Amino acid sequence: MTFEHLIFYLFSAIVVFSAFRVITVNNPVFAAMFLVLTFFTSAAIWLLLEAEFLAITLVLVYVGAVMVLFLFVVMMLDVNTVTEKEGFVKYLPVGLLVGAVVLIEMVFLITQRYFRDDAFPIPERQAEIGYSNTETLGRVLYDQYLFQFEIAAVILLVAIVAAIALTMRRRPDTKYQTPARQVAASKAGRLRINEVAATARVTRAGTRTEDGK
Amino acid sequence: MISLSHYLTLGAILFSLAVVGIFLNRKNVIILLMSIELMLLSVNFNFIAFSHFRDDPAGQIFVFFILTVAAAEAAIGLAILVVLFRNRSTINVADLNELKG
Repeated sequence: MTFEHLIFYLFSAIVVFSAFRVITVNNPVFAAMFLVLTFFTSAAIWLLLEAEFLAITLVLVYVGAVMVLFLFVVMMLDVNTVTEKEGFVKYLPVGLLVGAVVLIEMVFLITQRYFRDDAFPIPERQAEIGYSNTETLGRVLYDQYLFQFEIAAVILLVAIVAAIALTMRRRPDTKYQTPARQVAASKAGRLRINEVAATARVTRAGTRTEDGK
Repeated sequence: MISLSHYLTLGAILFSLAVVGIFLNRKNVIILLMSIELMLLSVNFNFIAFSHFRDDPAGQIFVFFILTVAAAEAAIGLAILVVLFRNRSTINVADLNELKG
């Protein structure tokens, strides 16, 4: 039982516990918070696997952006938390059955058959020899996977457009500016010069008599 | 030292917890989305574990793309959820049966 084992089992226990709480807790805000805990601890385990860049990306992108989005939506929707769990007991047996079958099958395959320790020996730690995970990932990403990287960027753009197009709504009773019309405004459309005959004659102080009427 | 099967087993446990979560939380679409995020996380565990044990950075590149797609999926899913709640005032899956034939 080395120190590494201790860290692995401790963080694994936290991951499993918080994932369990995500699916069983009653309040969606708490579920989001436990999901944040799951992501944080997963990032720590990824550090054990020497995937430093992805661990930091997980914290930044997931905890920093996606989970904040989740929390924002959870708090924006006024969800009644008491009645949301009514089918919980009803679906508990079948859920546990399917989950147990999935788990037993996968663990059996992993531990008994294909991924024995002799087939995948534990690699040497690469941090001592000046290995940079970020540099390696960058070289591979921008050399071999440049096209896929561009596709990922396009996917993000499509997601932005789709999310905005889905949630944008126009209320008919609210006044809006129309930027296109503001930009397209010209002097001819705005300014009207009236020719007024300058025939008003001041007779006394403050009073005028209109001629020409 | 920690072997590959340790990490794969942890991923399997996470994945099956997410499956159970999809079964249990029929009343709340938000927690369904969170369960999908847990599934993607467990898949990422497997990719990174294999990448480490086979000394091949392609697995980590794939995790990078999975993170991208998962972020896009979460954004669009939550947008759909907001529109749904605006129109129906509920996120209960059992109430969303307008397409029932």
